[in-house]
Amino acid sequence: MKLYDRLSIKQKQVVWAWTFLAVPVVFYVVIRFYPTFDAIVLSFQSWNMLEARQWNGFDNYATLFADPVFWKVFQNTFLYLIIGTPTSLIFSFLIAYHLDKTRFLHGFLRALYFLPFLTSTVAMAWVWRWFYQPVPVGIFNSFLSSAGISQVPFLNSTTYALPAVLAPAVWAGLGFQIIIFMAGLRAIPISYYEAARIDGVSNWTILREITLPLMRPTIVFLVVFSSIGFLRIFDQVFNMTTNNPGGPLNATKPLVMMIYQTAFNSFDMGYAAAQTVVLFTVLLIVSLIQLRLLRDR
Amino acid sequence: MTDTQIKPSADALMRGPAGGGAVKPGLDPVRVIRWTLLAMGAIVMVMPIIYMLSASVKYPHEMFETNIIPESPTFFNYGRVLEDGRFYRWFLNSLVIATVTTVSAVFFDALVGYALCKFKFRGRYLVFIAILSTLMIPTEMLIIPWYMMARNFGWLDTYWGIMFPGMMTAFGTFLMKQFFETVPDDFLEAARIDGLNEFQIWWSVAMPLVTPALSALAIFIFLGNWTAFIWPLIVTTSQELYTIPVGLTTFSVEQSIQWELIMTGAALATIPTLVVFLIFQRYIIRGVAMAGLKG
Repeated sequence: MKLYDRLSIKQKQVVWAWTFLAVPVVFYVVIRFYPTFDAIVLSFQSWNMLEARQWNGFDNYATLFADPVFWKVFQNTFLYLIIGTPTSLIFSFLIAYHLDKTRFLHGFLRALYFLPFLTSTVAMAWVWRWFYQPVPVGIFNSFLSSAGISQVPFLNSTTYALPAVLAPAVWAGLGFQIIIFMAGLRAIPISYYEAARIDGVSNWTILREITLPLMRPTIVFLVVFSSIGFLRIFDQVFNMTTNNPGGPLNATKPLVMMIYQTAFNSFDMGYAAAQTVVLFTVLLIVSLIQLRLLRDR
Repeated sequence: MTDTQIKPSADALMRGPAGGGAVKPGLDPVRVIRWTLLAMGAIVMVMPIIYMLSASVKYPHEMFETNIIPESPTFFNYGRVLEDGRFYRWFLNSLVIATVTTVSAVFFDALVGYALCKFKFRGRYLVFIAILSTLMIPTEMLIIPWYMMARNFGWLDTYWGIMFPGMMTAFGTFLMKQFFETVPDDFLEAARIDGLNEFQIWWSVAMPLVTPALSALAIFIFLGNWTAFIWPLIVTTSQELYTIPVGLTTFSVEQSIQWELIMTGAALATIPTLVVFLIFQRYIIRGVAMAGLKG
């Protein structure tokens, strides 16, 4: 205590800072940095959890790139990204834009749109799976058949399975994006709109020239946030295809599911680690490209 | 974006629609059509939740009819799901895990955010960047090393094993640092003169000033842990340690799929968050708006 009293104010600050940071620094080193490093190291090794870890150079990566299942999975993962992100952003922007102009029961409507965001992904994957069942179980097919249209084998078709798995992911994320878009819309000073209206500018021009450019930070955030979500899709796929993991002929299998199966069904840890490194690289590249494209123009 | 722009906008969301311009009296056809379409969209959005709740109060024979209101609502399915006993346990597990993780993460995220914002010391930028950089690392990449770590330390199939990766979050640290920037240094200086030590200043002066941010963060972290799936699935092996999402998966694999029981389980997993939302609606929506704008 005496030693502490003799310190200058500046030195005391340093002592306090590291007192505050001591436990967190240990946490980040042990639970975040070391495992990241370990995953990269493991991707150059082979290990089945029983014998010792053995170096095998780039073998895991070579195997991976020669594996047709990997390329199918890679394609699926990108389909989730390039269908999911624009669909969810366009829908949520349209809804937010119009909801922002609505007064009657505004809060109630907003709450209804937001509700799906609060549900458990796994629980809702099962609800949607139920909807997709054939007649007489599934609701979608019941409606189709009562309208005289032939049934759609949603989850058992190589064409429809991927969109069918993606739908609940888009559905559940909309509420969050709508709220963020609405907050972004409200951040634009009303005076801009008033000035535009005095100049007699059309709504469409206001949207294109004022609203969208000023919303750029919000749009950048949501594009990056939501595409990372779609690239990491897993819960829906796992729960909607439990009897045939990854869908018919791997039609719905995303990269994270391949990682899960390689690591915890086949216990091929080095190979799985190589897949995680690929996932990491893809996430990084996609986010960097998006930031570059959306930030400056 | 500056803070002066952001804070009012999250609050503006709560005042109800602004939109600009005066409210026109009477029924404008454009507004009527817009409202009708939005209302229809909203109904479509909640349909899966309604159907889930409806199925959970139907008798099995009525399950496959498309009517939403059951002929004779019953809690029969809830009885069947709960009499099994495991569901209580999973519910309790989820509750304990989500609560403990939330308390820990909010505490440490605020502590680190404050230290990085209000103390001047060498290396603070480095620590901040290092923590922020972990945001780029997907959880999936860490899962295998975490599993090995948990296995070596005997953490597999324990509460601690499920919780340890989430005890602090980089996103929360970043968010809290941003919010502590809005706390004036004068307040802290005044407390320092009053003889409070730095921990007391953080806890009893700075923390109350950022309560909205703390609650927003707490909601996010709680929700994230309540619905977390992949890590609890991997780290638990005995059914007593399952969380609700993991438990739900086993419900169906056994024997043939009994949809009314799965829907009841799904409803039980969802109802708590729905109830919390109905009570704290405006805070939750404001919190999401704030967190999103800050992030």
